[in-house]
Amino acid sequence: MRKTNQAGHAGDSSPLTPHPSLKWLPVWRRNFDVWRKLAAPSILGNLADPLLYMLGLGYGLGQFLGEVDGVPYLTFLAAGTLAYSVMNSATFETLYSAFSRMHVQKTWDAILNTPLTLDDILLGELIWAASKSLLSGLAILAVIWALGLYTDFWLTPWLLPVIVLTGLCFAGLGLMVNAVAPNYDFFLYYFTLVITPMVLLSGVFYPTDALPAWLAAAAQWLPLTHAIALARPLVLGHWPDAPLLNVLVLLAYAAAGYLAALRLTRRRLLR
Amino acid sequence: MSPLRLAGLTKRYGDAAVVDRLDLEIAPGRCHGLLGPNGAGKTTTLRLALGLVEADAGEIRLLGHAIPAEASAARRRVGVVPQTDSLDPDFSVRENLLAYGRFFGLRRAEIEARLPGLLEFAGLAGKADARVPALSGGMKRRLTLARALINDPEFVVLDEPTTGLDPQARHLVWQGLRRLIARGKTLLLTTHFMDEAERLCDVISIIDRGRIIAEGSPRALIAGHIEPHVVEVYGEGAADWQGCADRLCRRCEQAGETLFCYADDPQAVVRKLEGRPGLRYLHRPANLEDVFLKLTGRDLRD
Repeated sequence: MRKTNQAGHAGDSSPLTPHPSLKWLPVWRRNFDVWRKLAAPSILGNLADPLLYMLGLGYGLGQFLGEVDGVPYLTFLAAGTLAYSVMNSATFETLYSAFSRMHVQKTWDAILNTPLTLDDILLGELIWAASKSLLSGLAILAVIWALGLYTDFWLTPWLLPVIVLTGLCFAGLGLMVNAVAPNYDFFLYYFTLVITPMVLLSGVFYPTDALPAWLAAAAQWLPLTHAIALARPLVLGHWPDAPLLNVLVLLAYAAAGYLAALRLTRRRLLR
Repeated sequence: MSPLRLAGLTKRYGDAAVVDRLDLEIAPGRCHGLLGPNGAGKTTTLRLALGLVEADAGEIRLLGHAIPAEASAARRRVGVVPQTDSLDPDFSVRENLLAYGRFFGLRRAEIEARLPGLLEFAGLAGKADARVPALSGGMKRRLTLARALINDPEFVVLDEPTTGLDPQARHLVWQGLRRLIARGKTLLLTTHFMDEAERLCDVISIIDRGRIIAEGSPRALIAGHIEPHVVEVYGEGAADWQGCADRLCRRCEQAGETLFCYADDPQAVVRKLEGRPGLRYLHRPANLEDVFLKLTGRDLRD
């Protein structure tokens, strides 16, 4: 039996007591089945873009830059692109795709009429977005392997949990933004005010020591900084300096995003 | 046991009570209609009953479960046809039913076994592989109805099931609903179509401003609330004629250029009207719409 909540929320789940169950699985499965039908263009769009950026900037700009942090620029860029691409994939899925399911197609409303509850739906969406971003991360990882952009091959499999964690983190944040969005145009604010500055501050394209001290300090609060702090050393052949902190920050953002999304979406749909 | 019992149900948005101390008890195996103008609280009442909205006061029991505490368990045995289309446009008819069945924890084989019966029921037998955007409005509605039956529910809730459909499509949906009643299912439907309520429902609750203001079988409502005959008088002189009509009928109501005369003996009115060639008239038995308009008024509710 699941607990009834004291907070007096509608439905049989309170936002602060997520319950472990597999009820989210059919939600994930529904998204997967739709994706399978439209997979080819989706894969191409998701994967080609970051790869082109990485290879174009890596080879082109790399010619002028020579070595960055003691490695060729393409190798330096690889870890940044990996985190960036996972972030983008999870963000797009939880903004545009989840919004069309929630608001346009009323898929979530339909599911709410079944035994599933809103936390099942959001958990399914969270894990689905992380799954899709895993695919984006794997594509970059494949290129890292194929081009030998690593120092110690046996450290690179550790990039897999980093990819999953980064995906969950940005999926949680994306679902929170989705919950308050009045329309698709709203997402542009999130990209221009949050995602783009974060990309520029988190060390995707250049080391954060290049930034003024106060900006570098501010960057320590950004989740993408911590994703890259995990990914880059693994590509460059050494263990991250403070992996526990990085993991905890990413988990905290994921959990905070999910719980905020649950509360805000409840206010939006279940009133 | 009553499939749904609401007692003292209240839901406020700000200062306005959308549902106001509402009591309702639905008899098993019957079709119960909730009839009311826009904004009367019909949809909110359904959402409260399903545990999708939290009530400010009152008690809800759905199939023996306390709502909202056990809403998930209750919804396992309920079918819902929502007002707005929420079918998956990327899926075929079959895939829509498969995906929806999984939300009830059904296995693929179980759903596949139910599919032919459901498609036949919905008149979609040849359409299993058709994509949703290729379906007509009526077909989509019937697919939504089939989808609501995927878990073989004992209680089916329908929110304006025929709004936006043409007469042919409405009749097809009604046939389906009658077959459900014949199979012993309990139906709760909201509508603002009087003919729909009159044809389908064993019991009708007329709801206005969040309260039930009348309840009974369509026949009993008509007999209990309204004079048996109505003469509608049209034309420019209709308004002036009201004084004359007032003496001949029990009650007269004017709406725009039309005068509605409610009478026990319409012959006197009709005879008088024969002598007024400037006026057109229609004599008909009183119906549910007359009851509805008498109880809820003629003002627009937007």
